[in-house]
Amino acid sequence: MVFTLFFTFAKIGLFTFGGGYAMISIIENICVEQKNWITHDEMMDVTVIAESTPGPIAINCATYVGYKQKGIWGAMAATLGVVLPSFFIIYLISAFLDNFLEITWIANAFKGIRIAVGLLILDAGINMFVKMKKKFVSCTIMACSFAAMFLICIFAWSFSSVFLMLIAAVVSLVIFFIQGEPAGKGGESR
Amino acid sequence: MIYLELFVGFLTVGLFSFGGAYAAIPLIRDVVLSYGWLDEDTLMNMVAISESTPGPIMVNMATYVGSRKAGIWGGALATFAVILPAFFIILLIMVLMRKMLDHKYVQAVFRGLKPCIAGIILATGCHMIIKNGISPLFQQAMDFRAPIIFLILALLYFGLRGVRKKKTSPIIMIAISAVLGIFAYGA
Repeated sequence: MVFTLFFTFAKIGLFTFGGGYAMISIIENICVEQKNWITHDEMMDVTVIAESTPGPIAINCATYVGYKQKGIWGAMAATLGVVLPSFFIIYLISAFLDNFLEITWIANAFKGIRIAVGLLILDAGINMFVKMKKKFVSCTIMACSFAAMFLICIFAWSFSSVFLMLIAAVVSLVIFFIQGEPAGKGGESR
Repeated sequence: MIYLELFVGFLTVGLFSFGGAYAAIPLIRDVVLSYGWLDEDTLMNMVAISESTPGPIMVNMATYVGSRKAGIWGGALATFAVILPAFFIILLIMVLMRKMLDHKYVQAVFRGLKPCIAGIILATGCHMIIKNGISPLFQQAMDFRAPIIFLILALLYFGLRGVRKKKTSPIIMIAISAVLGIFAYGA
C-alpha cells in the first residue's frame, strides 16, 4: 500500500502542470473517483484546509490522503512521491539553464514572460483581497503592508517581508485582547 | 553557511505562503534577494520554467534555487525545508486537533497575517509590472514594446475572464507572453 501511494502520487507529480489548483482536480479524479481512497466531502475538507494553511497545496493534499490510508508512513510516501519527479527534472534543468538563456530568441521570449508573471502575481493578490472580509482593521493592515512593501521594492531596502507579517500578527493579537472576538463568526473568510 | 541559510530561508517560505504558488513568489523573491542568492531577472525566468515543468511551483523554485547555490544537496535541503511546514501542519491537524484552525488565537493571528500577505503580494505584483512593463517607456530611449505587451496581456487575461467566466490558465498566459516577447524584440 505504501508503494502504491508513492507511485500514484509520483504519477500525479509527474503529469500535473501548472501547480496547486491544477493538482487538486487531478488528485480528486484519481483518489476520489478511481481509487476511492477518500470521499468527495473529505476532498472538500482538504481543499479548505490546504487553502487556510501555509505551504504548497499539493503537499497538503498528498499528506492528508497518505495519512488517511496508511498513517505516518503513508503520509511520507505520498509527499515524497509528489515531490520527487519535479525535483529531478528541475535539477537537470538547473544545470543547463544558463546556456539555454544565452540564445537570443529565448532571452527575448523571457522578456515577455516576465510581464505575464507580474500580472499573475498581481491577480493572486487581487484574489486574496476579494476573498478577505473587508473590516477596518484588515483593510488598514493591508494598506500599510502594501505601502511598506512597495517602498521596500522601489528602494531595494533590505527589510524582510517576514518582519512585516510578524508585526501584523502581533498587532492583530493585541487588538483581539483589547476588543475580543470581532462581530460575526471568525474574522476571516476561508 | 549556505546549507543553514537555504534551510531557514525556505522554511520561512513554506511557513508563510498562504494562497497558492503565485502568492508565494513574492516571499521567495524576498528571501532570495535578501540573501543575494540570485538576481531578480534570473528568478523571474525561473518562475516561467517552474510553471512549464510538472510539479508544485513552490517545490520547483526551491529545488532550483537550492541546486544553483549548493548542488544537489542544496536542492534537496531547500525542497525539504519548503514542504516541512505543510507536512507537519496537516499531520498536526489530523492527529491531534481537528479544530486547531478554529481556535480563537489562531484565528486572531490569521486575521492579521492574511491582509498583510495580500498587501505584500499586491505590492510585489505592482512593482514587477511597473519595472518590466511600464518603466521602459520613461527611459531615455522610449521603448513602447513592453507597455504594449503589458496592455495586450492585461486585456487578454481580464477581458477573457469577463467573457468566459473562467480564468485563463497561467501556462497559456506564459506561452502567449513568450510569443509576444519574441515578436516584439526579435528572434
